[in-house]
Amino acid sequence: MMSRWKIVTAAAALLAGSSMAQAQTTMKVVMHSDVKIVDPIWTTAYIVRNHGYMIYDTLFSMDEKGEIKPQMVESYTESPDKLTYKFTLRDGLLWHDGKPVTSEDCIPSIKRWAAKDPVGQKLMTFVDTITADDAKSFTVKLKSPTGLLIFGLGKPSSNVPFMMPKRVAETDPNTQISEFIGSGPFVLKTDEWKPGDKIVYTRFKEYKPRSEPASGLAGGKVVKLDRVEWLAVSDQQQAVNALLAGEIDMVEQPAFDLIPLVKADSNIKLWTYNPLGLQYTMRFNHTQPPFDNPKVRQAVTYALNQKDFLEATVGNPDYYKVCKAMFVCGSPMATEKGMDGLLESNFKKSQELLKEAGYDGKPIVLLHSTDLQSLTNLGPVAKQLLEKGGFKVDMQSSDWQTVVSRRVRKDPVDKGGWNLMQTAWVSADILNPVMAGFFNASCDKAAFGWPCDEQMEKLRDDFAREPDPAKQKAIVEAVQLRWRESPTHVHLGQYDVPIAARSNISGILTAPAPVFWNVEKK
Amino acid sequence: MFGYILRRLLSAIPVLVIVAVLVFLMLRFTPGDPAAVIAGDNASSEQIALIRNRLGLDQPVLTQFTIWAGNLLTGNLGESFFFKKTIAELIASRIEPTLSLAFATILIAVVVAIPLGVLAAYRHGSWIDRIVMGFSVLGFSVPVFVIGYLMIYVFAITLGWFPVQGYQPLSQGFGGYVQRLVLPSLTLSVIYIALIARMTRASVLEVLNEDYIRTARAKGQVERKILFRHALKNAAVPIVTVVGIGIALLIGGVVVTESVFAIPGLGRLTVDAVLARDYPTIQAVILLFSGVYVGINLLIDLAYSLFDPRIRY
Repeated sequence: MMSRWKIVTAAAALLAGSSMAQAQTTMKVVMHSDVKIVDPIWTTAYIVRNHGYMIYDTLFSMDEKGEIKPQMVESYTESPDKLTYKFTLRDGLLWHDGKPVTSEDCIPSIKRWAAKDPVGQKLMTFVDTITADDAKSFTVKLKSPTGLLIFGLGKPSSNVPFMMPKRVAETDPNTQISEFIGSGPFVLKTDEWKPGDKIVYTRFKEYKPRSEPASGLAGGKVVKLDRVEWLAVSDQQQAVNALLAGEIDMVEQPAFDLIPLVKADSNIKLWTYNPLGLQYTMRFNHTQPPFDNPKVRQAVTYALNQKDFLEATVGNPDYYKVCKAMFVCGSPMATEKGMDGLLESNFKKSQELLKEAGYDGKPIVLLHSTDLQSLTNLGPVAKQLLEKGGFKVDMQSSDWQTVVSRRVRKDPVDKGGWNLMQTAWVSADILNPVMAGFFNASCDKAAFGWPCDEQMEKLRDDFAREPDPAKQKAIVEAVQLRWRESPTHVHLGQYDVPIAARSNISGILTAPAPVFWNVEKK
Repeated sequence: MFGYILRRLLSAIPVLVIVAVLVFLMLRFTPGDPAAVIAGDNASSEQIALIRNRLGLDQPVLTQFTIWAGNLLTGNLGESFFFKKTIAELIASRIEPTLSLAFATILIAVVVAIPLGVLAAYRHGSWIDRIVMGFSVLGFSVPVFVIGYLMIYVFAITLGWFPVQGYQPLSQGFGGYVQRLVLPSLTLSVIYIALIARMTRASVLEVLNEDYIRTARAKGQVERKILFRHALKNAAVPIVTVVGIGIALLIGGVVVTESVFAIPGLGRLTVDAVLARDYPTIQAVILLFSGVYVGINLLIDLAYSLFDPRIRY
């Protein structure tokens, strides 16, 4: 007969076992892509940015309202002439190897980020020196005032200025890092990372979150999960099937045509976590005729309309927004100034402009990506609208990577070059003219398409120099008016993709990137 | 025999060299730029050129080839442009799922298809023969992903007997390993059952008309022994060929099934590498597949002598 003591011991063991099982919460997620690269400065891929938010921390972060708040920084001071900023780090910041985070780590991290990121590059034109005062504080001295310093350090999307240990941050920015230690709320389990299968993160037990409640990417990063696994499921239907079957807890970006399937299941909840969403964009190649002529580019802005693109790609009006504001509807810099009459498929006006420009009817090469579901339908819509607007269009279809490699070529179209291509930007990357890479009109130094416009560059410089948000908004209006005269690209509408998660998941934050602190699994 | 094996292995070297050169050149001359992929939307031409330089892609093609071939001769397959891992590590981590899937599929296919084929030949012209041949045509005609989705809908979502997706390594438990292999193996085996059953039927049918079968029957041998001891053994050569080539195809070409069932095998590694233009990975994996083909063809040839004593090397 079992003694009373044994029964008590067994019951205690059972209880302990069950409470341990409860404490060990693992969240299984299918993200929009597999993590192949793990250096968020080396590449701008959004999945790598998301990985960055797991293991790294930032000096500043953007909150739910779009305001930049201190994150690793405890406090900072600004001199009256706005030329000297002194930053002090929070107490208790540790790298995942247990060593303290110091200002000596932050300085090369800022420099490495600034070498790659457009905002960082612009910011560094204002920076005189960055020096460490002591282990916890550093000073940035500027040559002239700018609003980009705090904004840049809190930049929410690719490339995000993540802090890395000095020895890692000193890696050449064009070479991938080989050590993956951060000071963020999760630790990368390098021994369990199997590209093409899964990447695993565990809670960083020594992480000390801020005391403020989480808001967007700012506030306290309180982790309520012990382990997060991102599974590489490339088949969208299968990701949703696994969610419906309860094998996984969340799908970051379910395909729009699968959303009705998810909605029909009461065990699944949809979260609009990023209301600013994404923006479809058409890019001109300014180095090749006919788009070296501003009038021809203007014709495109008259021929197109956003609704047709959004209907063809998203379909459900709950998830798209016709928005003429170039710097994203719902953002502080949103304005429709200069947009009257544009993007309304005024084919007559488009044809008139083409006639004035002397367009010779030579077919324009439109690069069409066929393997990215979110982009595939853009090409045929563009072809149809442009042809109605008086263009002849040669739509050349290929996989996305071929488009990517072709779009960086400046050759004439008959030698493998191009005239037009389409892509999508995460809205958090294009909130002002300095961030938005397609407004960079510095000729060869600009991104592919290489627009060359001194007036636009002057306006971007003005914006970078202006710390006052009200005056920044006036500059943004001037940018849009200049864009109307000499378009660099065309915005084709805004959309957002909801997260689909099991109903026992809560606490998903509204932020420009999906993050896993504050998320709870019951 | 050993001389034959050695000769065959030596003759494989020029085949692998030709494959290596062709794959290398094809990748360099097809559109694609890994540096542009890595650099992203904001990158200037200068930044892309810097990444290209770090990856060694700005070197002349001949120099790139010499470096790669030199490393290969020392057993170094190189490092992936994207994954911060060596290609040997990548392949090692992907080979277990692929081999497991390949052997489970072939096992199911052989166990099901050979008896079906023999039966269809034995009952030639009967309703059994028609059903087997009908299934065979269906197995060939229905795309593998359709079968996969049907299996998932019925056995994973509706009945809940098996997981929808994923792979569990053998080291983490035999039960989970088998449970996650059943649906993808069954899915893949359909086409191989169709192929092997058809081949078995045709071969056995041909043998059943031979004089020695008539003699065996005249001597009073039971039908089961006639079928499996005399007929099947003599019909084995084409069946072994089909099974062998099937294994080789399964190791290199189960991309769709691996994608549908989210199995991290070599097929998906190849597709991911091709889509990202990860040249070193593509080159290594294709070279590996070529080696597998050469090896399996050699094994098939050696197996012939087991089934047909007249074949000697």
